[in-house]
Amino acid sequence: MLELRDVNSFYGKAHILQDLSFSVGCGEVVALLGRNGAGKSTTMKSIIQIVRPRSGSVTLAGRELVGQPSYRVARSGIGYVPEDRRIFTALTVLENLEVGRQPRRDGAPFWTVDALFELFPNLYERRNRLGKAMSGGEQQMLTIARTLMGNPSLLLLDEPSEGIAPVIVEQMAHAILRLKAQGLTVMISEQNLHFARVVADRAIIIESGAKKFDGSFEELAAKPEIRDAYLAV
Amino acid sequence: MGFFIAQLLTGLANAAALFLVASGLSLIFGVTRIVNFAHGSFYMLGAYVGITLMGVLPGVLGPHFGFWGAIVLTGLIVGLAGALVEIVVLRPIYRAPELFQLVATFGVILVVQDLALMVWGAEDQMGPRAPGLRGVFRILGEPIPKYDIVLICITPFILLALWALIAKTRLGVLVRAATQDREMVAALGVNQRWLFTGVFALGSALASWGGALQLPKGGADLLMDFNIIGPLFVVTVIGGMGSLPGAFIAAVLISVLNVFGVAYMPQSTLVLMFVVMAIVLIVRPYGLLGKEEVAGEHGQSGAPETPIRPFGQRGKIAVAGLLLVLALLPLVTQPFALVLLTDIVIFALFAASLQFILGTGGLVSFGHAAFYGGGAYAAALMVTYAKTPMEIAFLFAPLGAGMLALVIGWFCIRLSGVYFAMLTLAFSQLVWSLVFQWRAVTRGDDGLIDIWPSAWLSGTVPYYYFTLVVGVLGILFLRTVIHAPFGYALRAGRDSARQAEAMGIDVKRVQYVAFALAGALAGLAGGLFVFAKGSVFPTELEIGKSFDALIVVFLGGVKTLSGGIVGASFMAAVEDWLTRLHYWRLLLGLLIIAVVILAPEGIVGSARRLGLRLGLVKHTEAD
Ligand SMILES: Nc1ncnc2c1ncn2[C@@H]1O[C@H](COP(=O)(O)OP(=O)(O)O)[C@@H](O)[C@H]1O
Ligand SMILES: [Mg+2]
Repeated sequence: MLELRDVNSFYGKAHILQDLSFSVGCGEVVALLGRNGAGKSTTMKSIIQIVRPRSGSVTLAGRELVGQPSYRVARSGIGYVPEDRRIFTALTVLENLEVGRQPRRDGAPFWTVDALFELFPNLYERRNRLGKAMSGGEQQMLTIARTLMGNPSLLLLDEPSEGIAPVIVEQMAHAILRLKAQGLTVMISEQNLHFARVVADRAIIIESGAKKFDGSFEELAAKPEIRDAYLAV
Repeated sequence: MGFFIAQLLTGLANAAALFLVASGLSLIFGVTRIVNFAHGSFYMLGAYVGITLMGVLPGVLGPHFGFWGAIVLTGLIVGLAGALVEIVVLRPIYRAPELFQLVATFGVILVVQDLALMVWGAEDQMGPRAPGLRGVFRILGEPIPKYDIVLICITPFILLALWALIAKTRLGVLVRAATQDREMVAALGVNQRWLFTGVFALGSALASWGGALQLPKGGADLLMDFNIIGPLFVVTVIGGMGSLPGAFIAAVLISVLNVFGVAYMPQSTLVLMFVVMAIVLIVRPYGLLGKEEVAGEHGQSGAPETPIRPFGQRGKIAVAGLLLVLALLPLVTQPFALVLLTDIVIFALFAASLQFILGTGGLVSFGHAAFYGGGAYAAALMVTYAKTPMEIAFLFAPLGAGMLALVIGWFCIRLSGVYFAMLTLAFSQLVWSLVFQWRAVTRGDDGLIDIWPSAWLSGTVPYYYFTLVVGVLGILFLRTVIHAPFGYALRAGRDSARQAEAMGIDVKRVQYVAFALAGALAGLAGGLFVFAKGSVFPTELEIGKSFDALIVVFLGGVKTLSGGIVGASFMAAVEDWLTRLHYWRLLLGLLIIAVVILAPEGIVGSARRLGLRLGLVKHTEAD
């Protein structure tokens, strides 16, 4: 469904992604693993086109995304949840959801505000609060809910468990598994192997913007040297 | 008591138009982060289009529907014009540094001025009366025009409607979201290009409604666009950028103040407004309801600058050659050519002083004429009232301007970016209105005359040499400062205030000194000017004069000191034949817009790049 081929991305002169290639199948949940600074966020930004790859191709169901404006990429069915959350702090929870609202899309789950409140009950209680008055965990749920309002078929989650209380991380894992059950394709970036293993089917490990491993968690468990070399323990 | 209430009501009625215009400016700034200097042009267009429609529609729709329909339709038409401007002029330059955007909107002002002149002619036009609202109400015995009462009644509804639009509609939600984080809004699937266009159209429509609604109280003329900029910026600065309620409160405050000013202190109406602004800013630097600017997001963001290097050998020879030619010119040329050259040198010095604060300091000053004209007036006042000999009076030009810059800078340096630009412009308007209205001292628009140089400098040729020497020394002085540690500190503060502070540089202090220095040198140019012409008028302090210098610096190229000088020469040469053309503003405006979009490095930068490509210039000779 999503395919990256030889993607090279830069910040100014700094060459971050180096010939990165991988693919994500329909309905799969893939974990993108790597240490801090490995290029996970840059990979996601290069998919949604906030960062524009200088070469290579990113295709969604065969359609080229490189060079398209972000809003088109989003409308073609990719939902992006940034690691720094980027809640609209001066807007209420309901208004934040409104910004994300897009029309129903064929072949992707359709979300209403009520359905999202069911998925994240905390948000319902806080629906008229301003974004800035929410805790970190609530903000994280709000960003995911806001993105789901766009009815994506592929969800990019950038380190959703970072800096969040363990209870909420558990709720989050629960929610992601429910999304998976609904047929959503998910790519989730993590430094935390345990959380990744709970939700994901497959692991991709990158380091310095290049792919170092691509396979199941069983295969990864069989190669502790890879884990030790590229993941923080 | 009756009189008091009548004054209050008139002020409230006047606030309607001002609030509409200011709310449009605020809205546009909130989303696009562009201060639209052409906003006054849409106000003016609203007045003209309104008059035309009010002449036509009542015949078709009857008087009432005709009049109010004309006002509504005006908003639609001018809103479309605004959308066009956004798509053609602003879209390509959203990522450009602030200065480019400001200059581009100034190009739009020029184009609109000439288009209005073409379509509606140079004559002032009276606004039609509103149907059924011709008479007056008597309130406590005082006559209050019925139309004023209507305006007072509809303004709160306009505020309410705007508030509802922003607070309650999806468009409003998107606008507020984009005000905070455009990139995220786009990543959520919102086509923000059209959001920007829509907001710009709405803002322009609001300005045009302001222009159309004030018609029964006034009319339409070709100076409306500039005349509203002063009050408009004052209102926006007092209310706080991007705050609708702030704009409302400030519009009421300023309008009421103006009416009482006219009644009780007719000599100082214009000044009063700026005094209030200054007081508000001392207490609340970001206005009554404004928020502190989040640093970083909309600072200068142009390409990294090539480091300034001292002249190479060839560069030095070229400059020496040029100076030699300039020095020998009087032997071969006609006097009128020398007069023109004198003007060019003066203008070049003025432009170089602006380039210094703008390019090296990164401070977009929009009121630099205050110091140029201020210097000229300082010298002229000494001659007029103290019969000071020219040699001494001349020194008062840079001195007076430098002091003025210290005062204005004290207020302005605390702010940055667009706030700084608007504030410098507002202060220069303050200086202008002071000179314009304080007739007892400055003789108002009759100007100060008979300000001639001493005998040994009188005559075209001696004064040309005097100007050349002072001008070249002034520019060399600026160069020296730029290459001195002070210049490095200034640039460090411009490129990253935080890093500079970490290095132990007191950024604000360095900027303050640089601002005063730039003011003093502009004053020096003003001193040269006043003795060259023998007189000075308030026009030397006008917004137009500040913009002249900005355009010159911009055309020449912001990044090099020579940019200002080349730009000034180019401008003086071109202006001579350009102003002979009937619609020269249109041409100049289009030229500016084209340069902003196509050749943003200006003449010097583009020429250098061409030279590099052709192998004529080597990297080492940069400046
Ligand atoms: N905006 C930026 N400008 C310059 N360099 C950046 C920027 N964002 C990230 N980087 C650099 O790119 C590399 C990859 O960063 P990132 O993709 O955020 O890694 P991760 O998400 O895996 O922690 C890092 O070395 C980081 O320092
Ligand atoms: Mg990251």
